[in-house]
Amino acid sequence: MPDSRLGKAVIASPLAIQGLTVSYDHRPVVHSVDFITPPGSMSAIIGPNGAGKSTLLKAALGITRRLSGEVRVFGRPLEQEMRHLAFVPQRSSIDWDFPARVIDVVGMGLYRDLRWWQFGARRLRRRAMESLARVGMEGFAERQIGQLSGGQQQRVFLARALVQEADITILDEPFAGVDAATEAAIIEVLKSLRDEGRTLLCVHHDLATVRDYFDHVLLMNVRRIAAGPVDEAFTEENLQATYGGRLSPVQLARLIESPIEVRKEEAGQ
Amino acid sequence: MMETWWRALTFTLGYNTSLVTVGAMLLAAAAGMVGSFVLLRKRALVSDAISHSTLPGLALAFLVMGVWQGDGRVLPALLAGAAASAALGLWLVQRISERTRLGEDAAIGAVLSTFFAFGVVLITVIQTLSVRGQSGLTGYLVGATAGMLYSEALLIAACAVGLLLALLVWRRDLLLLCFDADFARTQGLDTGRLDLLLLLLLMAVVVIGLKVTGLILVVALTIIPPVAARFWTDQPMRMMALAALLGALSGYLGVSLSSVREGLPTGPLIVLAAFSLFLVSFLFSPRRGVLASLLAYRRLRRRVHLRQGLLALGRDEPIFDGLTLKLLQRRGHVRRDGVATPAGQAAARDAEHEERLWALYRRRYPDDALHREHAGLTPIGQVLSADAIMALEAELPPEEAR
Amino acid sequence: MSEFMMFSLVPLTIAIIISMTCALLGNFLVLRRQSLIGDAISHVALPGIVVSFLITGSLASLAMMLGAGVAALVTVVLIELIRRLGRVEGSAAMGVVFTSLFALGVLLLEWHGAGGVHLDVEHALYGNLESLIWFEGTGLAALFDPVALADLPPQLGRAAWVGLLVVAFVVVMRRPLVLASFDPDFAASLQARPALVDLLLVTLVAVAAIAAFEAVGSIIVIAMFICPAAAARLMTNRLGAQIAWSQGFAVAAAVAGYLLAGEAPRWLGFEASLSAAGMIATVAGIILLAACLFGPCRARSGSAQRG
Repeated sequence: MPDSRLGKAVIASPLAIQGLTVSYDHRPVVHSVDFITPPGSMSAIIGPNGAGKSTLLKAALGITRRLSGEVRVFGRPLEQEMRHLAFVPQRSSIDWDFPARVIDVVGMGLYRDLRWWQFGARRLRRRAMESLARVGMEGFAERQIGQLSGGQQQRVFLARALVQEADITILDEPFAGVDAATEAAIIEVLKSLRDEGRTLLCVHHDLATVRDYFDHVLLMNVRRIAAGPVDEAFTEENLQATYGGRLSPVQLARLIESPIEVRKEEAGQ
Repeated sequence: MMETWWRALTFTLGYNTSLVTVGAMLLAAAAGMVGSFVLLRKRALVSDAISHSTLPGLALAFLVMGVWQGDGRVLPALLAGAAASAALGLWLVQRISERTRLGEDAAIGAVLSTFFAFGVVLITVIQTLSVRGQSGLTGYLVGATAGMLYSEALLIAACAVGLLLALLVWRRDLLLLCFDADFARTQGLDTGRLDLLLLLLLMAVVVIGLKVTGLILVVALTIIPPVAARFWTDQPMRMMALAALLGALSGYLGVSLSSVREGLPTGPLIVLAAFSLFLVSFLFSPRRGVLASLLAYRRLRRRVHLRQGLLALGRDEPIFDGLTLKLLQRRGHVRRDGVATPAGQAAARDAEHEERLWALYRRRYPDDALHREHAGLTPIGQVLSADAIMALEAELPPEEAR
Repeated sequence: MSEFMMFSLVPLTIAIIISMTCALLGNFLVLRRQSLIGDAISHVALPGIVVSFLITGSLASLAMMLGAGVAALVTVVLIELIRRLGRVEGSAAMGVVFTSLFALGVLLLEWHGAGGVHLDVEHALYGNLESLIWFEGTGLAALFDPVALADLPPQLGRAAWVGLLVVAFVVVMRRPLVLASFDPDFAASLQARPALVDLLLVTLVAVAAIAAFEAVGSIIVIAMFICPAAAARLMTNRLGAQIAWSQGFAVAAAVAGYLLAGEAPRWLGFEASLSAAGMIATVAGIILLAACLFGPCRARSGSAQRG
C-alpha cells in the first residue's frame, strides 16, 4: 500500500518526481525538481540545452544516480514498479552497426516476458509485429537496423516501447533528426496511446509545436521554472525565465499567441 | 642497501649508471609529454599497439644482424627494425579503424596480438639458429638497463633530447589538435598530418624506450604520468609540463632503485614508481582527487537534503527521506516524531526567504546567475553585497500566494 | 597415426577448445568496444600467479587459477574505480592498471629469483602447448581405454569445463548480454542489470583467459578474444551468424596455425618447430586481415549519427 501521508495526486500519478537532485562535478545539474505527471496526460519537458532534461529522465528511471529526491509510480517506490514504465532513449547514443534486425530490437521490449529457456514464443513475435504495424514498419521486420533512415530507427524504438504495454512511456527527444512524415506518424501513435488512457512524458526541443502536441509542460533550467497545463504554464514570462531572456519578443509572441499561423508561415517559406 | 640507493640518487655510483639514469629520465619526460597529447586525444592505448608491434621488427633485425655479423645485439639496427614494424602496425590500426566498421579498440587489440604473436614465432626461429646474444633479446620484453653499454645509453639520451625539442617546437599545434580538431582545421592546420606527427613522436618514444622498460611496460610511461598530471591541473600546457616532470621523477626513482641490488629489473621499478605518483595524485589531489571529490559530494548532498527538508517543513509537507530527517533531527529542527520545533520553523522561514531572494535574483539577472553558484545553496549574503541584497529585498513581493 | 595421437591430438584439441571459447566471448567484447579488456586481463594473470605462488609456495593449478582470477577481478574493480572516481577515460584507466600490475608481477618474480621454479615471463607469454603430451595415446584404441584416458593432460579437462561454462553463460544470459551491449540505458530501464552483466562477462573473460593462459600462454588469448570475432563482424549483420563465423574462424586458425607451426619449417628444410601459440594467433590475424579486405559487411552502414 502507498504511504497514507502521500497526496492524492502522487498516488494517482504514474510518475511522481519530488525534490529530484542530480549532481555532476560537485554541481547540481538537476536541482530539486518536482513534477507530478498527471495520469493520461501528454507532457513535455522543455528547457535550453544543458538544462538537465535528459538527466532528469535518466535519474527518474534509476539509470543515473540521484543525490536526493524521490520517484514514485502510483505512490510506490520506483524500484518496485518499473514494469509500468517504458523508455525510448536518444537515438544518437546507439551503435547502429550492431548486428540486430528490426524485429530483434522490438523483441528487446519483451525482455520481462521471456525466460532464458524460451527461444522465441510465437505469441510474443505476434505482439512485436503488431507494434511494428502500429508505427508502420511491419515491412521492415527483417532489415538490419543500420540500413534504416533516422526516422525509421526512431519508429522502431517507439515500437519497442509499445510492445511493453506500459502505463507511462518516457521519450527522450523523439523528434530529434527525424523527417516531417515520421514526426507526424509518431505524434499520431502517441496521441492514440493517450486516448487509450496511457501517459506520455517527452523531452521536447521544438517550442513551436508544444501547443499542438502536448497538454502539460514542465519548464526547467536546472531547477523547475514552471509546470502545469500548457495554457497556464507555457507563458511568455515562464519561457523568458527558462531561457534566461534569450528569446526575442517577436519569437515569444509567435509562440504564445498564434502557433497555428506561425506554422503556416514556416510552411510557406 | 640504503647507502647504495643514496649513492644512486646522488649520481655518485659511477659514470655509466649516472648516464643511464639521466637517459631514462629524459626518455620518461618525453614519454610523459607525448602521452599528454595522446591522452587528450583519447587514444591512450594506441601506444600499446605500437609497443607490441615492435617485436617482429626487433626479431627480424636481430635475425638479419645475427646471420650477417654473428651477433644480433646491435642497438641501432634493432631500433630501426622495431620502428619499421611499429610503423606498419600503426598504419594498420589507422586503416582498420577508418575503413571498416571495427572500433579503434578492436583494431588496436588485433594488431598488437597478431604482431606480437608473429614476433614470438620469429623468436622461436632464432632459437633454432646459432646466433649469439639471444638472451639479449628477452631484455626487450621487460627491459634491462643493468648491462647497458655506454654507447647505448648515450644514443637513448640523445634521442630523448631530440624528442623533447621536437615536442616543444610543435606543442601549440599539437595542443590545438587535441583540444578541438575541427577548430584547428578552420585555422588552416593540416590535422591529418599533425595526427601523423603525434603518432610518429609517440612511436619514437616507444621504440627508444624499449631497451629501458621493455616493450610491455613502455606503454605505462606514456599513460601513467599524464593521467597523474591531469589530477593537478586543468590547463593543458601545465599538464604537459607536469607529466614530463612526473615521468622524469619516475625514471629517476626507478633506475636508482634498480641499482640497489643485482638483477632488479628497471622497467617494472620505473612503472611502479610512476604508479605510486599516480596513486598519490588520485587520492589526495585537492582538485580532482578521490578524497576531495567524496567530501565535496557528501557536503553537497547534505546541503541539498537540509534545504529540501527545511522547505518541506515550511510547506508542512511530510518528509520521507531518511537522510533528510536525520539531518533535521541532528540540528534540532524536528522532533523524533517529525514535528517541527520552533527553531526548525524559524530555519524553515529563513530557507524560504533565501530561496525567494535567489529566485528573484535569477529572474532579474539571468546571465549573472549563470556564472554564480548555480544551486543557490550558499547563503546569499556570502555571494552578493549587502546593497544588492537590500535592493532585492525591496523588490520582493510581500508574500507570494502559492 | 600414433605419433599424432601422442604429440598432437591433445595440444590441437586444447587449442581448438580455447580458441572457440575465447572467440565466443570475444563477440560481445568487440560489440561493446571493450576488446582491450581481454588484453588487460591476460596481462595481469602473471602477477596473480606470482602472488599466489609466493603465498602458497606451490604451482598447483588450482592455486594458480585462483591467483589469476583474483588478479583479474582486482583489475576490473580498479579500472572502474579510477574511471568513475577519478573521471579518467576508460582506456587510459585500463592502461594505468594493467601495466602497473604487470610490472608488479615481473618485479616480484625477479625479486624472489623464483630460481629453480618453472615460472618465467616467457612461459607466461608463449605458453607451452607443445609439452602437452599424451603418453598413453598410442593408437585409436586409446580413445576408448579408460586407463589411457586417465593419463590425458589435466589441462584438457579444465579447458573443456571452462568451454562448457562459457557456452552455458552465453546461452542463459544471451538476452541481457545483447540488451546491455546494444543499449545500456534501455537495459537499465528494464531492470536488466547492465552493470551486473558487465561484471559477469568480464569474470567469464578472466576465467577463459586463465584456463587458456595455463595451456597456451597469453598472446593467443588476446588474439582469440579479438581477431575471430572482429573478422566475423565484417562478414554478416546477424548476431547468430556472426557467432557462427567467429567459431569457424577460431577453429580454422587453431588447426591451420598448429599445423603450420609443426610443418612449415620442414618445408623450408629446418628440423625444428615454431611456437604453435604464436602461429595460431598469427593465422587469426591473417584471417582478420582478409576479412578487412574482402568481408561483405566490412563498411560502416550509413547510420546518420556517429561520434
